[in-house]
Amino acid sequence: MAAYFSALSFAGLVSRLPACVAQGLIWGIMALGVYVTFRLLDIADLSVDGTFSTGGAVAVMLIVSGMNPWLAVLIATLCGLAVGCVTGLLHTKLGIPAILAGILSQYALYSINLAIMDFKANQAVSVDKYYLIMSSRHLTSAIITGLVFAIIVIAVMYWFFGTEMGSALRATGCNPTMSKAQGININAMKVLGLAISNGLVALAGALSAQYAGFADVNSGRGAIVIGLAAVIIGEVLGEAALGRKLNFAGRLTFVVIGGIIYYIIYTIVLWLKLDPNLMKMFTAIIVAIFLAVPYLKGQAKNSFMKAGKNSVAKEAK
Amino acid sequence: MLELNNVCKTFNAGTINEKVALRGVNLKLEEGDFVTVIGGNGAGKSTMLNAIAGVWPVDDGSITIDGINVTGLPDFKRAKLIGRVFQDPMTGTAATMQIEENLALANRRGLRRGLKWGVTAKEREEFVERLKVLNLGLEDRLTAKVGLLSGGQRQALTLLMAALQKPKILLLDEHTAALDPKTAEKVLEATETIIASQHLTALMVTHNMKDAIIHGNRLIMMNEGHVVLDIKGEEKKHLTVEDLLHQFEKVSGQEFASDKALLS
Repeated sequence: MAAYFSALSFAGLVSRLPACVAQGLIWGIMALGVYVTFRLLDIADLSVDGTFSTGGAVAVMLIVSGMNPWLAVLIATLCGLAVGCVTGLLHTKLGIPAILAGILSQYALYSINLAIMDFKANQAVSVDKYYLIMSSRHLTSAIITGLVFAIIVIAVMYWFFGTEMGSALRATGCNPTMSKAQGININAMKVLGLAISNGLVALAGALSAQYAGFADVNSGRGAIVIGLAAVIIGEVLGEAALGRKLNFAGRLTFVVIGGIIYYIIYTIVLWLKLDPNLMKMFTAIIVAIFLAVPYLKGQAKNSFMKAGKNSVAKEAK
Repeated sequence: MLELNNVCKTFNAGTINEKVALRGVNLKLEEGDFVTVIGGNGAGKSTMLNAIAGVWPVDDGSITIDGINVTGLPDFKRAKLIGRVFQDPMTGTAATMQIEENLALANRRGLRRGLKWGVTAKEREEFVERLKVLNLGLEDRLTAKVGLLSGGQRQALTLLMAALQKPKILLLDEHTAALDPKTAEKVLEATETIIASQHLTALMVTHNMKDAIIHGNRLIMMNEGHVVLDIKGEEKKHLTVEDLLHQFEKVSGQEFASDKALLS
């Protein structure tokens, strides 16, 4: 035991923090995508697990073929948009439940992502050979680039969801019946929301692959759960810090902060020399707890058990 | 203004749950008509309103609003012609959005929604004026989330939203049934004011015979998917609840069975 603790170096943990921030910013951008579907449209979209890998695969293959990385990231983002449209059309035009539509897209993307990467499970893109937007080898610039991307995405989202179209999209997620009565094409809004969401996730995937120096067909596994974790951690922190003053821009900012916090927790788990393979289980437990708390709080106020106890106590008197 | 021609609708056709809801409804409303709709449970009152709103396609017949045949259009495409208020006060508004955002959504009913700001400063001024008419103090709470409002406040807001872009026809589907009597009366008052001030054409379904008699210039009674009674003008002004009950028994061959209508 003593040997275990003496092997833990606090300085070692601190030295890893900058990398946490860089990676966390990227996951934060992905979480913003998850926020669009999960919170604004009220759909849990599982296609993002595939879209994240797609973003990385498309960007890396294009950069390796000699394309400018900025253009490659743009095209990767557009591929994400297209995936979102497919999921959206499966859901709205073919009547497949949203969760299942996402699973189908994700499943198909595994093959498609492999095909994009010449049927190899991963493809390297070395920062020594190619000009990349960000790389783990240049941490400071990676953090700045990640931050700039996050700020731009938040600003654009803040603007868009304040427009007529963005308001219509939010109304669709909140109350479909009312939206239709106000002349909103809710199917079009759902497809649009899924496209925006997957576009952002693919953007994050494209950045992540450059940061890591390779695209991996499995890189997106669990993206939805990590995205949800970031959204939930961010919201809890945001509400604790700002309470009712938390506006939309603040919410989005805290979602990105949630992504960073998630990565710090991940790093601490590694630092404690726990098996990183257990991380998925920890993440699932964290998300389950945070999703359950609001429900259980409501139940505590309004439960049969409480009513039963009350009635017995009254009788005893 | 509104014309229903032999409108038919059967739910779950060919199954054990088959229910013929509308058996050839014919109805013609003139501009400015305020028609109250009564009838027993399952008479087809709400079904008729849903048919007009385009919640689902009808099986037969045609629906024309302001000269436009809307029979083939889904609800969101008809929305520019129609204002709707629902029975459940939660249905007509978006709870997680602000009062002004809800009003702004309604202000664009039937218009293209682009990338301009969702709520403009000019609209805010207009909304304040409109909300003052309701006399509920909502004009000072433009940025409050609608989820914080009471059922009556939400219903009054929905009413305002339905009339913000002047609709060709206003559909009120038992919009006071879920409210307590005092609030219901207030919302009815607001309904009367808005319909009168904007000269709206309206269909109001109600369970309350007294309300059906007091309000509007015309009353129709439905039974088993038909319009069985149509009273307007002077005749309607002299109508009593007893008259209506008597008429109902005559046309339907049964006693009016709704406790709600008798007790209220």
